Amino acid sequence: MSTPGDAVAAAHRAHWAGVLAATVRITRDLDTAEECVQDAYAQALRTWPSGGVPDHPAAWLRTVAGNRARDLLRRESVWRRAMPLLVEEATATAPDPQDADEPPAVADDTLRLIFTCCHPALSREARVALTLRLVCGLSTAEVARAFLVQESTMAARITRAKKKIAAARIPYRVPTAEELPERVSAVCDVVHLVFTTGSNAPVGETLVRDDLVGSAVGLARTLHRLLPVAEPAGLLALLLLIDARRATRTDDDGRPVLLEDQDRSWWDREMITEGIDLLTESLRAGPPTRYAVQAAIAAVHAEAATFEATDWSEIVSLYDVLLRLWPSPVVKLNQAVALGMRDGPEAGLVALDRLAAEPALATYRYLSAARADFLRRLGQWPEAVTAYEEALVLTDNEAERAFLTRRLAEVRRSQEA
Amino acid sequence: MSKYMLLIYGDEQQWETISAEDMAEIDAGHVAFQKRAGDRILASGQLEPSSTATTLRGDGEAPAVTDGPFLETKEVLGGFYLIEAADLDEAVALSRELAEVRHAHSGVEIKPLVHHG
Repeated sequence: MSTPGDAVAAAHRAHWAGVLAATVRITRDLDTAEECVQDAYAQALRTWPSGGVPDHPAAWLRTVAGNRARDLLRRESVWRRAMPLLVEEATATAPDPQDADEPPAVADDTLRLIFTCCHPALSREARVALTLRLVCGLSTAEVARAFLVQESTMAARITRAKKKIAAARIPYRVPTAEELPERVSAVCDVVHLVFTTGSNAPVGETLVRDDLVGSAVGLARTLHRLLPVAEPAGLLALLLLIDARRATRTDDDGRPVLLEDQDRSWWDREMITEGIDLLTESLRAGPPTRYAVQAAIAAVHAEAATFEATDWSEIVSLYDVLLRLWPSPVVKLNQAVALGMRDGPEAGLVALDRLAAEPALATYRYLSAARADFLRRLGQWPEAVTAYEEALVLTDNEAERAFLTRRLAEVRRSQEA
Repeated sequence: MSKYMLLIYGDEQQWETISAEDMAEIDAGHVAFQKRAGDRILASGQLEPSSTATTLRGDGEAPAVTDGPFLETKEVLGGFYLIEAADLDEAVALSRELAEVRHAHSGVEIKPLVHHG
């Protein structure tokens, strides 16, 4: 039985961005709009329990937030004229969205909000923080927790970004066709970063942060629905193909389960099919993007009936393509692991040793963990013990620590036997 | 409309040894920029090399007059435009006409002027 409290929470998840975006239209200032939207949700919490949940919660919230905004504008009109306002295209006029839950203009409003938060003139950190705060509706404390910084640091970062939006007049609009490629990439980057942070939480007690993963998939869906071009299609394909394995990525205690030990019958087949369709769509829509290539790698895993049946040769060659599009040390590491799976652990170790000089990987926990795993497979117990100990020092996630500790105990026992 | 200062920075050593071809490309960029920006350009200028700069500064005392730029850096301010634009995106779009934004040793910094209502 859902309570009015649940209804407010659900409306927060589903409609925060839409309500905020519609309110920014009125206030043309993010801070004021945020205040009005927060007021509207607070009023929902107060009145829905006694008055009942409205038929169209989103429209209700937009109306309440909008009235509050108009109220504030009237009261502060003289003072506000002196303030830098969020610029909006003069041509942007939309019908007043009061009579339906999802009028078309709202989706477009949300897209404007996403593009404003992910403007390339903002730092990458600021883009992620603003997107989580303004589009996903996470609190500043939650955003800070997701990115391992103090709440005060994150609050300052968000304030600075909002100030730049106002002072430099970053417009609240969907970019023109000419600007689109660069802007879509910036947005996709942010969504991908939110997803990876959620699916491999660097700290905390759980490996997966469902809230962040859910937000990222939701954003990728919105983006793809509104801009069905190659990059968002590839991104959504990738997120679905990885998220399809979520149920099997951890055990009952929240500890990570390796790909080879996952029960593939629990993988979400519908998500896999949708992901593969989107991947095909993305490849048809233009030259392969890095997300499409990553999605193709995820698809090879998804299509293998068993771990042993995985087509590692295909994966190694896909990583070659990926490295041309996105030459990152982490991609090199993943390729080295795939190479070890194709040619055996010795070959894997040789490939990993070549990466030891990469400064970016020097303290990367997965490099030590990958070395440890190959050494374990080769039965080189003392070296494996050292590598597991190294990986343990480098990880701050409790679930990962538990996993590595268990493996370390296993290799120690084998060493003594 | 808002006012933006476009500050064109570059490496002076590269500038001194620039090829005629690159110089022509840069000139063409300025012509294209001025054509597109039209009367939105409020002021502009190319600066003499930083060896001609004079700095006045002091710490509470009467300022001392010294030879040289305020900051000793490889990339120096070589020229500027003061323009009017609707928003940052328009200022960025106009700046793209300048060839300096396509070379690794130069770039354009866009700064909004404080908006006094």
